[in-house]
Amino acid sequence: MKLTLKIWRQKNAQDKGAMVDYKIDGIEPDMSFLEMLDVFNEQQINAGGDPVAFDHDCREGICGMCSLFINGEAHGPDRGVTTCQLHMRMFKDGDTITIEPFRSVAFPVVKDLVVNRSSFDRIQHAGGFISVNTSGNTIDANTIPVNKVDADHAFDAATCIGCGACVASCKNGSAMLFVGAKVSQYALLPQGKIEATERVLNMVKQMDEEGFGNCTNTGACEVECPKGISLENIARMNREYLSASMKG
Amino acid sequence: MIINSSEKVVVGAFLPYFCVLFKLYSINIMAKSGLLKSSIAKKVAMALSGLFLMLFLAQHFFINMTSVFSESVFNSISHFMGNNPLVQFVIQPILIVGVIFHFIMGFVLNIQNNNARPISYASYNGAANASWASRNMIISGSVILAFLGLHFYDFWVPEMAYKYVEFGPLNETRYFHELAEKFESPVRTALYCISFVLLSLHLQHGFSSSFQSIGANNKFSKGLQGFGLGFAIIIPLGFVFVALFHHFNH
Amino acid sequence: MALDSKIPNGPIADKWTNYKDHINLVNPANKRNLDIIVVGTGLAGGSAAATLAELGYNVKAFCFQDSPRRAHSIAAQGGINAAKNYKGDGDSVYRLFYDTVKGGDYRARESNVHRLAEVSSNIIDQCVAQGVPLAREYGGLLDNRSFGGALVSRTFYAQGQTGQQLLLGAYSAMNRQIGRGKIKMHNRHEMLDLVIVDGKARGIIARNLITGEIERHSAHAVVIGSGGYGNVFFLSTNAMGSNATAAWKIHKKGAFFANPCYTQIHPTCIPVSGDHQSKLTLMSESLRNDGRIWVPAKAEDAKAIREGKKSAKDLVEADRDYFLERRYPAFGNLVPRDVASRAAKERCDAGFGVNKTGEAVYLDFAAAVQRYGKEQAHIKGLDESDSALVTKLGTDVVRSKYGNLFQMYYKIVDEDPYTSPMMIYPAVHYTMGGTWVDYNLMTTIPGCFSIGESNFSDHGANRLGASALMQGLADGYFVLPYTIGAYLAPDIKLGAIPTNTPEFDAAEKGVKDQIERFMNNNGTQSVDYFHKKLGKIMWDKVGMARNAKGLTEAIAEISALREQFYKEVRVPGTDKGFNQELEKATRVADFLELGELFAKDALHRNESCGGHFREEYQTEEGEALRDDENFAYVAAWEYKGKPSDAVLHKEPLVFEAIKLVQRNYK
Repeated sequence: MKLTLKIWRQKNAQDKGAMVDYKIDGIEPDMSFLEMLDVFNEQQINAGGDPVAFDHDCREGICGMCSLFINGEAHGPDRGVTTCQLHMRMFKDGDTITIEPFRSVAFPVVKDLVVNRSSFDRIQHAGGFISVNTSGNTIDANTIPVNKVDADHAFDAATCIGCGACVASCKNGSAMLFVGAKVSQYALLPQGKIEATERVLNMVKQMDEEGFGNCTNTGACEVECPKGISLENIARMNREYLSASMKG
Repeated sequence: MIINSSEKVVVGAFLPYFCVLFKLYSINIMAKSGLLKSSIAKKVAMALSGLFLMLFLAQHFFINMTSVFSESVFNSISHFMGNNPLVQFVIQPILIVGVIFHFIMGFVLNIQNNNARPISYASYNGAANASWASRNMIISGSVILAFLGLHFYDFWVPEMAYKYVEFGPLNETRYFHELAEKFESPVRTALYCISFVLLSLHLQHGFSSSFQSIGANNKFSKGLQGFGLGFAIIIPLGFVFVALFHHFNH
Repeated sequence: MALDSKIPNGPIADKWTNYKDHINLVNPANKRNLDIIVVGTGLAGGSAAATLAELGYNVKAFCFQDSPRRAHSIAAQGGINAAKNYKGDGDSVYRLFYDTVKGGDYRARESNVHRLAEVSSNIIDQCVAQGVPLAREYGGLLDNRSFGGALVSRTFYAQGQTGQQLLLGAYSAMNRQIGRGKIKMHNRHEMLDLVIVDGKARGIIARNLITGEIERHSAHAVVIGSGGYGNVFFLSTNAMGSNATAAWKIHKKGAFFANPCYTQIHPTCIPVSGDHQSKLTLMSESLRNDGRIWVPAKAEDAKAIREGKKSAKDLVEADRDYFLERRYPAFGNLVPRDVASRAAKERCDAGFGVNKTGEAVYLDFAAAVQRYGKEQAHIKGLDESDSALVTKLGTDVVRSKYGNLFQMYYKIVDEDPYTSPMMIYPAVHYTMGGTWVDYNLMTTIPGCFSIGESNFSDHGANRLGASALMQGLADGYFVLPYTIGAYLAPDIKLGAIPTNTPEFDAAEKGVKDQIERFMNNNGTQSVDYFHKKLGKIMWDKVGMARNAKGLTEAIAEISALREQFYKEVRVPGTDKGFNQELEKATRVADFLELGELFAKDALHRNESCGGHFREEYQTEEGEALRDDENFAYVAAWEYKGKPSDAVLHKEPLVFEAIKLVQRNYK
């Protein structure tokens, strides 16, 4: 396959950055999108150029490190995948592919396509945990029965990989799907109920302080989420927040 | 357009009232008041005011529809609405506040949301994951706002002038004719129809969205979505029908 | 220097309890005066950092990723073992201990494994308490499944994302401590050297990967939880960033490196599709609960399939060879990983492989679909003889159990595993070898600890499925927090360790010199070019089956490649900022040394055991042939300037509780 790549290049956080066009040849449909970028970088290095920086790690869709806004969509045109699981068979010979970093005021660019998503970590620091001692001297695991349906829903929410596709896709740059997933996981489990009030208030407060936009329920996040996290989680967070506000 | 002097008085009298309201709900106050500080509180407030406006819309729809079937029923309901003190001095101000709140909040949120992404994408395929209506509430909303301006100028301002400035005689049968008169102009009728199409789009997202915002996402959501879609199509369509009916029948 | 493993005296079942009862403790007020550096934030590092911070120590945690949550523990799929015996199928601490020692082909340290089995139950309690959504039955209690090498169901799981859920649990515990200020988190930092002051580990030199700045960090103890070195093979199921640098740097500073040749080749991975391949994807071992592994029974069928003239569905039962069920009737498809991998390789080498490259076997769910379908039809009172209905019902059950794995397979291979069998092949997955540690998890450098996959640990020559998560969390939550206290007790009045000392100067200079060398090298080849070459040597000659000739060649080739690397590598860009090529260069430089020691260790071990299979040492049936008389020891290598000069130290393995026998899964 022959392709034209339009890639965002930015030397560092201070640099202004711009889209740059490149041509690439010899891409096979079986390659993953990141393997295509590997080939691109190998060519850049051999030609004395500067390879494009992009985040990636596990390359099996679970670590949440890879990002990329490809042809106007987070993680590209395929559904239910991260960029590392996106394969070149989704594209045609001769295509032009636009590759940009995830854009949000809370995700500043580090270099080229690499962004800093520490804002997500800070939201978790504010309340993404259950305050139990890590001593193991708790009660036996089976003394806390959990309804299977609730447990499965909690699991579904907990599969969030924290990649930031929800923020990147949202026209408002809202992080509510990410925060909603974490709030939901704990809200659905008996272990999480004890600190539910402070958790949702603190996490939402931190989310707002990071500068994320407001949710207008367009649903783009749910569609683009590689793990299919449901909008139900945002509704649940809204409920939790409202009831917490009454209490707190 | 010619505004007569009594209408000027109405506008003059209500302008400071609007200004006060605007100030009350301006960005400053909202940012400082604890209630609307958080993003979730804002969206819930947006949803509740939207739901309230939809209720009003439904009520307005039913009254308008009576004009198609019976001139006298329409006149008597209109007279009641126009002269009942509860409606005039309690419900009407609440409605006006609701409308203004919803609009100002919409603009405030839009500004904040734009700030959340200072550098926009070179390529953004919004259509791939969200409906046009959901992504363009600010556009449909602005058109509805412009329409409301026209609508107030057409009905509300003359009505207020008639009642409270000119102190016109009590006339229980004038409403139908006032209505019919307005739809003589094809331009105005067309403007109304276009606005209702955008209202429909606004409602198509707004209805289910408001339920999601207040946290109602459960087994009834599918049914509710269907109902919302029906509401979003039937109500504006009804308004279009009323406008066209009077345009072509008089 | 003689190795002292510091195993407590007494009967095996009481060692850990007695140890805990008698060690030195640090008073809570004094813990505030002690700093601990933790490198790596996976299950081991993350759980250790959280627990140490909770105990009151000041923790400085480091990870090269942009968030601790991204450590590669997150990719573990299948589950975590614990001797809870919730199923009442005869499990016990002893059985878990026994299975792990046997599964490791009798090359693990008994006392450590027993301790691991003892704390396994606590891990589940801990994780449930912190909100990890493990799979449940309809009654609301925890569910279990079976894994390879065991005859009981003791594996707890969260669909195919157990590692993710457990790591997020540890991450949440860390978040709580970061929020309290007890952990100072350093994301996007890479440890590039260890600083030793007066013979004790007192700090690290780290590079800030965003600014390029070389930073000094001091502490009273340093904990390495940086994972394994599987990426020495270039292609592995490890993450692209997984590296051995932290472990290798401490090795070069005096920590012995144990059993590097013990590497696990996981049997169920998606086969290589071409030269562009950057990594391999694992399909969870849990699939072997329901999938049957087979190849065509006739070589001509295999050839026809490779050429695309036939497909799996064209072969009737009689023409299929379910080789694991045939060779190992008792354990069948659930034999340990090393056994399953070698059996698949044996079939493919014999010409029965089924994909274009001839390096793949089938993993077939058709039988499971039928079995589950009939069961569901029966439960629902539907017609069990309606094959379309049964297939549909069965497919639904399989989807609910393995849906995410099937989807992952489909996205990579573009073939629907519900209708045609998966193709799988072994791939490098886990390294049992690593830095040598004593019972306290301390390396041969005082104050430098190694936990999780980065130590040589509890798995002997082969790790059983669902035991890596167990070990990582056991080390971090329950073992290290005790043992490190005993070490730190004398240091309570020491005060903060200064970083403006000659030792820090020297370590920092070494790091800066290496970076400068790379930046000014002006070579012609990319880092990946060398990494791929190294990987090929390793896979071909130090892979699933090894022999003296190949290993000798590999040692020479790796050594030559290392020289070429330093001459010809090209690192573009600047070291004063974000530079991924520079990151890779420093990592590959270490792999190029580690790979040679790996081959050297494999060459010296004249026996076959677990993941180490020497072709010269096998039974007539092709099973691994151990030599307990001469090789029942841990090979701990001391660094002496270059890998070829490494000196071997032996820690004899004494088996008191378990009798050494040949592993038998028949």
